[in-house]
Amino acid sequence: MIANLVQLASGEEQNPLVPPGPELLVGTIAFAIVFIVFWKKLLPNINKVLEERREAIEGGIEKAEAAQTEAQSVLEQYKAQLAEARHEAARLRQEALEQGTALKEELRAEGQRQREEIIAAGHAQIEADRKAASQALRQDVGKLATDLAGKLVGESLEDHARQSRTIDRFLDELEEKAEAAR
Amino acid sequence: MADNGCGFPAPGLHSFLFQPLFTVGGYEFNKVMLLALITTLVVVGFFWTAFAKPKVVPGKLQMVGEAGYDFVRRGIVYETLGKREGEKYVPLMVSLFFFVWIMNIWSVIPLAQFPVSSIIAFPVVLALIVYVVWVSLTFKKHGFVGFFKNVTGYDKSLGAVLPLVMVIEFFSNLIVRPFTHAVRLFANMFAGHLMLVMFTVASWYLLNGAMIPAAGVSFVMTIVMILFELFVQAVQAYVFVLLACSYIQGALAEHH
Repeated sequence: MIANLVQLASGEEQNPLVPPGPELLVGTIAFAIVFIVFWKKLLPNINKVLEERREAIEGGIEKAEAAQTEAQSVLEQYKAQLAEARHEAARLRQEALEQGTALKEELRAEGQRQREEIIAAGHAQIEADRKAASQALRQDVGKLATDLAGKLVGESLEDHARQSRTIDRFLDELEEKAEAAR
Repeated sequence: MADNGCGFPAPGLHSFLFQPLFTVGGYEFNKVMLLALITTLVVVGFFWTAFAKPKVVPGKLQMVGEAGYDFVRRGIVYETLGKREGEKYVPLMVSLFFFVWIMNIWSVIPLAQFPVSSIIAFPVVLALIVYVVWVSLTFKKHGFVGFFKNVTGYDKSLGAVLPLVMVIEFFSNLIVRPFTHAVRLFANMFAGHLMLVMFTVASWYLLNGAMIPAAGVSFVMTIVMILFELFVQAVQAYVFVLLACSYIQGALAEHH
Protein backbone atom coordinates (compact mmCIF):
# COMPACT_ATOMS: atom_id res chain seq x y z
CA MET A 1 0.00 0.00 0.00
CA ILE A 2 2.70 2.42 1.09
CA ALA A 3 4.87 1.25 -1.75
CA ASN A 4 1.93 1.85 -3.99
CA LEU A 5 1.48 5.36 -2.67
CA VAL A 6 5.16 6.14 -3.00
CA GLN A 7 5.09 4.82 -6.49
CA LEU A 8 2.01 6.89 -7.21
CA ALA A 9 3.51 9.95 -5.56
CA SER A 10 6.66 9.62 -7.62
CA GLY A 11 4.62 9.13 -10.75
CA GLU A 12 4.68 12.35 -12.68
CA GLU A 13 0.98 12.63 -13.36
CA GLN A 14 -0.24 11.29 -10.04
CA ASN A 15 1.56 13.47 -7.49
CA PRO A 16 -1.15 15.59 -5.87
CA LEU A 17 1.43 18.05 -4.51
CA VAL A 18 2.80 19.04 -7.88
CA PRO A 19 0.57 21.71 -9.34
CA PRO A 20 -0.17 21.29 -13.02
CA GLY A 21 0.46 24.34 -15.15
CA PRO A 22 -2.93 24.89 -16.76
CA GLU A 23 -4.63 24.71 -13.37
CA LEU A 24 -2.29 27.39 -12.04
CA LEU A 25 -3.22 29.61 -14.94
CA VAL A 26 -6.94 29.01 -14.62
CA GLY A 27 -6.76 29.54 -10.84
CA THR A 28 -4.89 32.81 -11.32
CA ILE A 29 -7.36 34.08 -13.89
CA ALA A 30 -10.37 32.98 -11.85
CA PHE A 31 -9.12 34.71 -8.73
CA ALA A 32 -7.88 37.79 -10.56
CA ILE A 33 -11.36 38.39 -11.96
CA VAL A 34 -12.91 38.10 -8.52
CA PHE A 35 -10.30 40.38 -6.99
CA ILE A 36 -10.48 43.07 -9.66
CA VAL A 37 -14.27 43.19 -9.62
CA PHE A 38 -14.29 43.46 -5.85
CA TRP A 39 -11.45 45.95 -5.69
CA LYS A 40 -12.48 48.30 -8.48
CA LYS A 41 -16.23 48.09 -8.53
CA LEU A 42 -18.18 46.32 -5.84
CA LEU A 43 -16.41 47.23 -2.63
CA PRO A 44 -16.10 50.96 -3.43
CA ASN A 45 -19.81 50.81 -4.27
CA ILE A 46 -20.87 49.22 -1.05
CA ASN A 47 -18.44 51.27 1.03
CA LYS A 48 -19.99 54.44 -0.31
CA VAL A 49 -23.44 53.23 0.63
CA LEU A 50 -22.31 52.05 4.06
CA GLU A 51 -20.80 55.47 4.64
CA GLU A 52 -23.99 57.16 3.47
CA ARG A 53 -26.00 54.94 5.79
CA ARG A 54 -23.73 55.69 8.71
CA GLU A 55 -24.11 59.40 8.00
CA ALA A 56 -27.86 59.04 7.61
CA ILE A 57 -28.09 57.28 10.94
CA GLU A 58 -25.85 59.79 12.65
CA GLY A 59 -27.71 62.63 10.92
CA GLY A 60 -30.97 61.14 12.15
CA ILE A 61 -29.63 60.96 15.67
CA GLU A 62 -28.41 64.52 15.43
CA LYS A 63 -31.77 65.64 14.12
CA ALA A 64 -33.57 63.84 16.90
CA GLU A 65 -31.26 65.41 19.43
CA ALA A 66 -31.83 68.85 17.96
CA ALA A 67 -35.59 68.30 18.03
CA GLN A 68 -35.42 67.19 21.62
CA THR A 69 -33.34 70.20 22.60
CA GLU A 70 -35.77 72.47 20.85
CA ALA A 71 -38.75 70.80 22.49
CA GLN A 72 -37.05 71.17 25.84
CA SER A 73 -36.35 74.85 25.31
CA VAL A 74 -39.91 75.46 24.10
CA LEU A 75 -41.25 73.64 27.13
CA GLU A 76 -39.12 75.77 29.41
CA GLN A 77 -40.23 78.86 27.57
CA TYR A 78 -43.85 77.86 28.03
CA LYS A 79 -43.30 77.10 31.66
CA ALA A 80 -41.63 80.46 32.16
CA GLN A 81 -44.46 82.19 30.33
CA LEU A 82 -47.02 80.33 32.37
CA ALA A 83 -45.30 81.25 35.59
CA GLU A 84 -45.05 84.84 34.43
CA ALA A 85 -48.73 84.84 33.50
CA ARG A 86 -49.66 83.44 36.89
CA HIS A 87 -47.51 86.00 38.58
CA GLU A 88 -49.04 88.72 36.45
CA ALA A 89 -52.54 87.50 37.25
CA ALA A 90 -51.79 87.47 40.94
CA ARG A 91 -50.32 90.93 40.69
CA LEU A 92 -53.37 92.22 38.76
CA ARG A 93 -55.71 90.67 41.28
CA GLN A 94 -53.80 92.24 44.09
CA GLU A 95 -53.81 95.56 42.29
CA ALA A 96 -57.51 95.31 41.55
CA LEU A 97 -58.19 94.51 45.15
CA GLU A 98 -56.16 97.47 46.27
CA GLN A 99 -57.75 99.70 43.69
CA GLY A 100 -61.19 98.48 44.69
CA THR A 101 -60.53 99.16 48.32
CA ALA A 102 -59.15 102.59 47.50
CA LEU A 103 -62.13 103.30 45.28
CA LYS A 104 -64.54 102.22 48.00
CA GLU A 105 -62.78 104.45 50.46
CA GLU A 106 -62.88 107.30 48.03
CA LEU A 107 -66.54 106.78 47.26
CA ARG A 108 -67.35 106.59 50.92
CA ALA A 109 -65.42 109.78 51.57
CA GLU A 110 -67.14 111.42 48.64
CA GLY A 111 -70.51 110.27 49.91
CA GLN A 112 -69.72 111.58 53.30
CA ARG A 113 -68.59 114.84 51.87
CA GLN A 114 -71.70 115.19 49.70
CA ARG A 115 -73.89 114.29 52.62
CA GLU A 116 -72.23 116.92 54.72
CA GLU A 117 -72.52 119.41 51.91
CA ILE A 118 -76.21 118.64 51.54
CA ILE A 119 -76.73 118.93 55.28
CA ALA A 120 -74.80 122.18 55.35
CA ALA A 121 -76.78 123.47 52.41
CA GLY A 122 -79.98 122.47 54.17
CA HIS A 123 -78.90 124.27 57.28
CA ALA A 124 -78.03 127.36 55.30
CA GLN A 125 -81.35 127.23 53.48
CA ILE A 126 -83.18 126.84 56.76
CA GLU A 127 -81.23 129.72 58.23
CA ALA A 128 -81.95 131.89 55.19
CA ASP A 129 -85.64 130.96 55.32
CA ARG A 130 -85.74 131.66 59.00
CA LYS A 131 -84.08 134.99 58.43
CA ALA A 132 -86.44 135.86 55.61
CA ALA A 133 -89.41 134.78 57.71
CA SER A 134 -88.17 136.73 60.66
CA GLN A 135 -87.66 139.70 58.35
CA ALA A 136 -91.12 139.38 56.95
CA LEU A 137 -92.57 138.88 60.43
CA ARG A 138 -90.86 141.90 61.75
CA GLN A 139 -92.24 144.02 58.92
CA ASP A 140 -95.67 142.53 59.49
CA VAL A 141 -95.43 143.14 63.25
CA GLY A 142 -94.40 146.76 62.62
CA LYS A 143 -97.24 147.24 60.25
CA LEU A 144 -99.62 145.54 62.67
CA ALA A 145 -98.37 147.70 65.50
CA THR A 146 -98.89 150.76 63.37
CA ASP A 147 -102.37 149.60 62.40
CA LEU A 148 -103.15 148.76 65.98
CA ALA A 149 -101.88 152.08 67.17
CA GLY A 150 -104.04 153.83 64.53
CA LYS A 151 -107.09 151.91 65.60
CA LEU A 152 -106.39 152.53 69.25
CA VAL A 153 -106.15 156.19 68.60
CA GLY A 154 -109.39 156.14 66.56
CA GLU A 155 -111.49 154.50 69.25
CA SER A 156 -111.94 155.02 73.01
CA LEU A 157 -109.71 152.98 74.97
CA GLU A 158 -111.78 153.29 78.08
CA ASP A 159 -114.42 151.02 76.96
CA HIS A 160 -113.15 147.75 78.22
CA ALA A 161 -115.56 145.86 76.10
CA ARG A 162 -114.51 147.67 73.12
CA GLN A 163 -111.00 147.26 74.10
CA SER A 164 -111.31 143.54 74.46
CA ARG A 165 -113.32 143.42 71.24
CA THR A 166 -110.59 145.23 69.48
CA ILE A 167 -108.02 142.86 70.88
CA ASP A 168 -110.12 139.90 69.87
CA ARG A 169 -110.52 141.31 66.41
CA PHE A 170 -106.83 141.93 66.22
CA LEU A 171 -106.14 138.36 67.24
CA ASP A 172 -108.68 137.10 64.74
CA GLU A 173 -107.06 139.11 62.05
CA LEU A 174 -103.75 137.76 63.09
CA GLU A 175 -105.07 134.25 62.91
CA GLU A 176 -106.61 134.92 59.52
CA LYS A 177 -103.33 136.21 58.32
CA ALA A 178 -101.59 133.23 59.56
CA GLU A 179 -104.23 131.08 57.81
CA ALA A 180 -103.76 133.01 54.61
CA ALA A 181 -100.02 132.82 54.85
CA ARG A 182 -100.16 129.05 55.15
CA MET B 1 -4.85 -0.77 -6.35
CA ALA B 2 -8.54 -1.05 -6.99
CA ASP B 3 -8.24 -4.78 -7.48
CA ASN B 4 -7.80 -5.97 -3.90
CA GLY B 5 -9.97 -9.05 -4.06
CA CYS B 6 -13.43 -7.78 -3.27
CA GLY B 7 -13.92 -5.37 -6.12
CA PHE B 8 -14.56 -2.35 -3.85
CA PRO B 9 -13.79 0.73 -5.90
CA ALA B 10 -11.78 2.42 -3.14
CA PRO B 11 -11.21 6.11 -3.64
CA GLY B 12 -7.65 7.23 -4.07
CA LEU B 13 -5.51 9.63 -5.99
CA HIS B 14 -7.34 8.60 -9.12
CA SER B 15 -10.41 10.28 -7.63
CA PHE B 16 -8.63 13.58 -8.19
CA LEU B 17 -7.90 13.07 -11.85
CA PHE B 18 -10.33 14.07 -14.52
CA GLN B 19 -10.70 13.35 -18.18
CA PRO B 20 -10.36 16.54 -20.16
CA LEU B 21 -13.63 18.09 -21.27
CA PHE B 22 -11.80 19.50 -24.27
CA THR B 23 -8.29 20.52 -25.20
CA VAL B 24 -7.06 23.91 -26.26
CA GLY B 25 -3.76 23.92 -28.13
CA GLY B 26 -2.57 20.78 -26.43
CA TYR B 27 -3.73 21.90 -22.97
CA GLU B 28 -6.51 19.96 -21.33
CA PHE B 29 -9.49 21.72 -19.91
CA ASN B 30 -11.12 19.62 -17.21
CA LYS B 31 -14.02 19.71 -14.78
CA VAL B 32 -11.96 21.31 -11.99
CA MET B 33 -10.98 24.24 -14.16
CA LEU B 34 -14.59 24.62 -15.16
CA LEU B 35 -15.60 24.63 -11.50
CA ALA B 36 -12.94 27.24 -10.77
CA LEU B 37 -14.38 29.49 -13.45
CA ILE B 38 -17.92 28.86 -12.19
CA THR B 39 -16.64 29.82 -8.74
CA THR B 40 -15.66 33.17 -10.19
CA LEU B 41 -19.07 33.46 -11.82
CA VAL B 42 -20.88 32.60 -8.59
CA VAL B 43 -18.88 34.97 -6.39
CA VAL B 44 -18.92 37.86 -8.84
CA GLY B 45 -22.54 37.14 -9.81
CA PHE B 46 -23.80 37.10 -6.26
CA PHE B 47 -21.96 40.19 -5.13
CA TRP B 48 -22.77 41.97 -8.35
CA THR B 49 -26.48 41.54 -7.83
CA ALA B 50 -26.03 42.45 -4.17
CA PHE B 51 -23.69 45.43 -4.50
CA ALA B 52 -23.90 46.79 -8.06
CA LYS B 53 -26.72 49.16 -7.19
CA PRO B 54 -26.54 49.30 -3.43
CA LYS B 55 -29.15 51.18 -1.45
CA VAL B 56 -28.92 52.92 1.87
CA VAL B 57 -31.88 50.85 2.97
CA PRO B 58 -30.73 47.41 1.80
CA GLY B 59 -32.77 44.69 0.15
CA LYS B 60 -32.51 41.09 1.30
CA LEU B 61 -29.69 40.16 -1.04
CA GLN B 62 -27.70 43.26 -0.24
CA MET B 63 -28.19 42.56 3.45
CA VAL B 64 -26.76 39.04 3.07
CA GLY B 65 -23.87 40.39 1.00
CA GLU B 66 -23.20 43.06 3.57
CA ALA B 67 -23.21 40.50 6.36
CA GLY B 68 -20.59 38.44 4.51
CA TYR B 69 -18.55 41.50 3.65
CA ASP B 70 -18.74 42.77 7.19
CA PHE B 71 -17.73 39.38 8.58
CA VAL B 72 -14.45 39.46 6.66
CA ARG B 73 -13.86 43.17 7.00
CA ARG B 74 -14.55 43.57 10.70
CA GLY B 75 -14.25 39.99 11.89
CA ILE B 76 -10.90 39.24 10.26
CA VAL B 77 -9.14 42.24 8.75
CA TYR B 78 -9.92 44.91 11.36
CA GLU B 79 -9.37 42.40 14.14
CA THR B 80 -5.84 41.55 13.02
CA LEU B 81 -4.61 44.66 11.20
CA GLY B 82 -6.70 47.39 12.75
CA LYS B 83 -9.02 49.67 10.86
CA ARG B 84 -6.42 52.16 9.64
CA GLU B 85 -3.79 49.72 8.38
CA GLY B 86 -6.24 47.04 7.38
CA GLU B 87 -8.55 49.02 5.07
CA LYS B 88 -6.11 48.68 2.17
CA TYR B 89 -6.19 44.87 2.34
CA VAL B 90 -9.96 44.47 2.65
CA PRO B 91 -10.57 43.86 -1.10
CA LEU B 92 -7.89 41.16 -1.23
CA MET B 93 -9.13 39.42 1.90
CA VAL B 94 -12.79 39.58 0.93
CA SER B 95 -11.99 38.12 -2.50
CA LEU B 96 -9.82 35.43 -0.94
CA PHE B 97 -12.45 34.41 1.59
CA PHE B 98 -15.36 34.07 -0.79
CA PHE B 99 -13.28 32.57 -3.59
CA VAL B 100 -11.83 29.92 -1.30
CA TRP B 101 -15.15 29.24 0.40
CA ILE B 102 -17.04 28.69 -2.85
CA MET B 103 -14.19 26.55 -4.21
CA ASN B 104 -14.53 24.42 -1.09
CA ILE B 105 -18.30 24.26 -1.19
CA TRP B 106 -18.34 22.48 -4.57
CA SER B 107 -17.44 19.42 -2.52
CA VAL B 108 -21.05 18.93 -1.46
CA ILE B 109 -22.90 20.47 -4.40
CA PRO B 110 -24.67 17.78 -6.46
CA LEU B 111 -23.16 17.21 -9.92
CA ALA B 112 -20.02 19.18 -9.01
CA GLN B 113 -19.16 17.18 -5.88
CA PHE B 114 -15.54 18.10 -5.99
CA PRO B 115 -13.69 20.72 -3.93
CA VAL B 116 -11.65 22.79 -6.37
CA SER B 117 -9.20 23.59 -3.58
CA SER B 118 -8.27 19.89 -3.30
CA ILE B 119 -6.25 20.39 -6.47
CA ILE B 120 -3.03 21.89 -5.13
CA ALA B 121 -2.67 24.37 -7.99
CA PHE B 122 -5.51 26.55 -6.70
CA PRO B 123 -4.33 26.92 -3.09
CA VAL B 124 -0.81 27.47 -4.45
CA VAL B 125 -1.93 30.37 -6.60
CA LEU B 126 -3.66 32.05 -3.67
CA ALA B 127 -0.88 31.35 -1.17
CA LEU B 128 1.61 32.70 -3.68
CA ILE B 129 -0.34 35.93 -4.08
CA VAL B 130 -0.42 36.39 -0.30
CA TYR B 131 3.29 35.52 -0.14
CA VAL B 132 4.20 38.11 -2.74
CA VAL B 133 2.08 40.70 -0.98
CA TRP B 134 3.60 40.27 2.46
CA VAL B 135 7.19 39.81 1.28
CA SER B 136 7.12 42.93 -0.88
CA LEU B 137 5.39 44.77 1.92
CA THR B 138 8.14 43.79 4.36
CA PHE B 139 10.76 45.11 1.93
CA LYS B 140 8.91 48.34 1.42
CA LYS B 141 8.33 48.88 5.11
CA HIS B 142 11.71 47.89 6.55
CA GLY B 143 14.20 48.08 3.71
CA PHE B 144 16.64 45.36 2.78
CA VAL B 145 18.31 44.88 6.18
CA GLY B 146 15.06 45.40 7.98
CA PHE B 147 13.49 42.71 5.83
CA PHE B 148 16.01 40.14 6.99
CA LYS B 149 15.73 41.27 10.58
CA ASN B 150 11.97 40.92 10.26
CA VAL B 151 11.86 37.46 8.71
CA THR B 152 14.65 36.06 10.87
CA GLY B 153 13.17 37.34 14.11
CA TYR B 154 16.40 39.19 14.87
CA ASP B 155 16.62 39.86 18.63
CA LYS B 156 19.93 40.68 20.32
CA SER B 157 18.70 39.57 23.74
CA LEU B 158 18.73 35.96 22.55
CA GLY B 159 22.54 35.97 22.72
CA ALA B 160 24.24 32.74 21.72
CA VAL B 161 21.17 31.02 20.28
CA LEU B 162 20.44 33.94 17.99
CA PRO B 163 22.07 32.42 14.87
CA LEU B 164 20.11 29.22 15.36
CA VAL B 165 16.85 31.09 15.88
CA MET B 166 17.57 33.20 12.82
CA VAL B 167 18.13 30.17 10.62
CA ILE B 168 14.97 28.47 11.89
CA GLU B 169 12.89 31.62 11.54
CA PHE B 170 14.22 32.29 8.08
CA PHE B 171 13.20 28.86 6.87
CA SER B 172 9.97 28.88 8.78
CA ASN B 173 8.87 32.24 7.47
CA LEU B 174 10.17 32.37 3.93
CA ILE B 175 10.03 28.73 2.84
CA VAL B 176 7.75 26.69 5.06
CA ARG B 177 5.10 29.34 5.57
CA PRO B 178 3.76 29.62 2.00
CA PHE B 179 3.94 25.86 1.68
CA THR B 180 1.88 25.20 4.82
CA HIS B 181 -0.46 28.02 3.91
CA ALA B 182 -1.36 26.30 0.65
CA VAL B 183 -1.14 22.71 1.88
CA ARG B 184 -3.33 23.33 4.92
CA LEU B 185 -6.24 24.22 2.69
CA PHE B 186 -5.43 21.63 0.08
CA ALA B 187 -5.03 18.75 2.56
CA ASN B 188 -8.21 19.52 4.44
CA MET B 189 -10.25 19.55 1.27
CA PHE B 190 -8.41 16.56 -0.15
CA ALA B 191 -9.06 14.48 2.96
CA GLY B 192 -12.64 15.63 3.19
CA HIS B 193 -13.30 14.65 -0.38
CA LEU B 194 -11.73 11.22 0.16
CA MET B 195 -13.97 10.61 3.17
CA LEU B 196 -17.07 11.69 1.31
CA VAL B 197 -16.26 9.56 -1.70
CA MET B 198 -15.48 6.57 0.49
CA PHE B 199 -18.73 6.68 2.44
CA THR B 200 -20.78 7.45 -0.63
CA VAL B 201 -19.28 4.61 -2.66
CA ALA B 202 -19.54 2.25 0.31
CA SER B 203 -23.23 3.04 0.79
CA TRP B 204 -23.83 1.86 -2.73
CA TYR B 205 -21.33 -1.00 -2.73
CA LEU B 206 -22.66 -2.53 0.51
CA LEU B 207 -26.24 -2.40 -0.63
CA ASN B 208 -26.80 -6.15 -1.01
CA GLY B 209 -27.86 -9.04 1.23
CA ALA B 210 -26.56 -9.13 4.77
CA MET B 211 -24.55 -5.94 4.32
CA ILE B 212 -27.59 -3.68 3.99
CA PRO B 213 -27.37 -2.48 7.63
CA ALA B 214 -23.73 -1.57 7.01
CA ALA B 215 -24.83 0.31 3.92
CA GLY B 216 -27.28 2.20 6.16
CA VAL B 217 -24.50 3.12 8.56
CA SER B 218 -22.35 4.24 5.67
CA PHE B 219 -25.18 6.34 4.31
CA VAL B 220 -25.74 8.01 7.66
CA MET B 221 -22.00 8.66 7.81
CA THR B 222 -22.20 10.26 4.38
CA ILE B 223 -24.81 12.71 5.69
CA VAL B 224 -22.78 13.37 8.82
CA MET B 225 -19.65 13.91 6.78
CA ILE B 226 -21.44 16.31 4.45
CA LEU B 227 -22.49 18.41 7.44
CA PHE B 228 -18.99 18.19 8.87
CA GLU B 229 -17.48 19.15 5.53
CA LEU B 230 -19.76 22.18 5.28
CA PHE B 231 -18.28 23.28 8.58
CA VAL B 232 -14.69 22.50 7.56
CA GLN B 233 -15.09 24.35 4.25
CA ALA B 234 -16.06 27.56 6.00
CA VAL B 235 -13.42 27.14 8.70
CA GLN B 236 -10.66 26.55 6.14
CA ALA B 237 -11.65 29.63 4.17
CA TYR B 238 -11.63 31.59 7.41
CA VAL B 239 -8.26 30.17 8.48
CA PHE B 240 -6.72 30.86 5.08
CA VAL B 241 -7.71 34.52 5.23
CA LEU B 242 -6.85 34.86 8.90
CA LEU B 243 -3.33 33.55 8.23
CA ALA B 244 -2.96 35.89 5.26
CA CYS B 245 -3.86 38.77 7.56
CA SER B 246 -1.46 37.68 10.26
CA TYR B 247 1.38 37.42 7.71
CA ILE B 248 0.68 40.99 6.63
CA GLN B 249 0.48 42.04 10.24
CA GLY B 250 3.92 40.50 10.77
CA ALA B 251 5.22 42.42 7.78
CA LEU B 252 3.86 45.70 9.11
CA ALA B 253 5.04 45.11 12.67
CA GLU B 254 8.04 47.03 13.94
CA HIS B 255 10.76 44.57 14.79
CA HIS B 256 11.99 44.78 18.34
